[in-house]
Amino acid sequence: MTLEVHEVGASVLVQDRGRPGWAHLGVPRSGALDAPAAALANRLVGNPEDAACLEVLMGGLVVSSDAGAWVAVTGAACRVLVAERAREHGAAVRLPAGATLRLGRPVAGLRSYVAVAGGVAVEPELGSRSSDTLGRVGPAPVAVGDRLPVGPPAGTPAAVDTPRPPRAGPLRVSVGPRADRVDGDALDLLCRTGYTVSPDSDRVGLRLAGDAIPQRHYDELPSEGLVLGAVQLPPDGQPVVFLADHPTTGGYPVVAVVDERDLWQCAQVRPGERVAFTRAARR
Amino acid sequence: MHLLPVGHDAVLVEVGSPAEAVSLAAWARGRALATDVVSGAETVLLDGLVDRAGLAEALTEWSPTTVPPGRLVELPIVYDGPDLENVARHWGCSVEDVVRRHQATELVSAFCGFAPGFAYLAGLDVEVPRLATPRPRVAAGSVGLAGRWCGVYPTASPGGWRILGHTYVALWDPAREQPALLAPGTRVRFVAR
Repeated sequence: MTLEVHEVGASVLVQDRGRPGWAHLGVPRSGALDAPAAALANRLVGNPEDAACLEVLMGGLVVSSDAGAWVAVTGAACRVLVAERAREHGAAVRLPAGATLRLGRPVAGLRSYVAVAGGVAVEPELGSRSSDTLGRVGPAPVAVGDRLPVGPPAGTPAAVDTPRPPRAGPLRVSVGPRADRVDGDALDLLCRTGYTVSPDSDRVGLRLAGDAIPQRHYDELPSEGLVLGAVQLPPDGQPVVFLADHPTTGGYPVVAVVDERDLWQCAQVRPGERVAFTRAARR
Repeated sequence: MHLLPVGHDAVLVEVGSPAEAVSLAAWARGRALATDVVSGAETVLLDGLVDRAGLAEALTEWSPTTVPPGRLVELPIVYDGPDLENVARHWGCSVEDVVRRHQATELVSAFCGFAPGFAYLAGLDVEVPRLATPRPRVAAGSVGLAGRWCGVYPTASPGGWRILGHTYVALWDPAREQPALLAPGTRVRFVAR
């Protein structure tokens, strides 16, 4: 079975859980930015949680299948139309052969996820089907006219599904390796005020604007490895939260790390919206 | 050796030199201490730790001398880069001396970054600053210098390294079992063609 792509909006990417384990070769982990939403979409159509689905930025995707299939749309809430009739977001929906699935613009959030029973079965690269936008590993961005192969369905669609997506809240941060570069307590300063999401945020990082965090000095560090969720401070003191397509090494100090369980929110906050940090409880 | 916390699941180990970082990273990867073992210039990041509590104890078993040197790769190079004379000025020598010195030095891949398969090769004892304005496009295979590092661009990209020449060898091929020709620990010697 194949999905034929008729329209794409701002960006449509194939994403699964990414390719951890290759960072030492300079390969970003990649993977769905809102991982709980992608996992939910997969469960709804009876896929394993790590099946590849489509990450749709700001809606606008139109696809059809040459055979009937179960599909589910999760993540940023948007209108879901099958053969131009409104269907439910966050539920398994039948897409008949030849009918179109259309995603409207989300009213809140940025990224919606489309899972199809059987999973998007493009050729994996380094063990993953994720499109990495920094290192260009994995499939090219989805384009109009693509025929995406779909695997054989593995399970039956779920009528109801738990757990539902996690609740939004301040991003929990714990201490990073270079917290001592901050002139003051790094976590206190980060958590003191909110930040505004910058328009140049992307899958590499959530770029924030607000009160600059002062540093004791501004010398670049010898390059060192970076983790998912690293909060890096460039010389301008405006924090960057590294997301799935982050570079594997960098030379600006990492002063804090966002709890992985909160990173899905970084996939959904829009430029101009506010983000706050809070000190993570010790584990 | 100094351990720095990186959130809940990772630790950054400071060792102090590229050679020690390469050695510790190879050792830690051999013992599968973490999902990702990422060497840096003077550090090793252990990300996705299997046993956070037992890490400090496990690390006492490593010493820089316990890890054998990596395999040697000879890279053919044509010294036709646009920055040869500029590097010679920075080094205070002739272009011929730059070419001689670059070939005479055995380099080692300390870590990868910037792009898949882009290795930071350590071993030069003279430095050059990066270009003040990076070039919008540097061709794949370009061999460049920045600071005391040498690197080869695996794919065409923007870049601020000073270019000495080029090689035709494929540095990155995801279809290979070892996708990066110059994985950390690999020793490298350039040979003029």
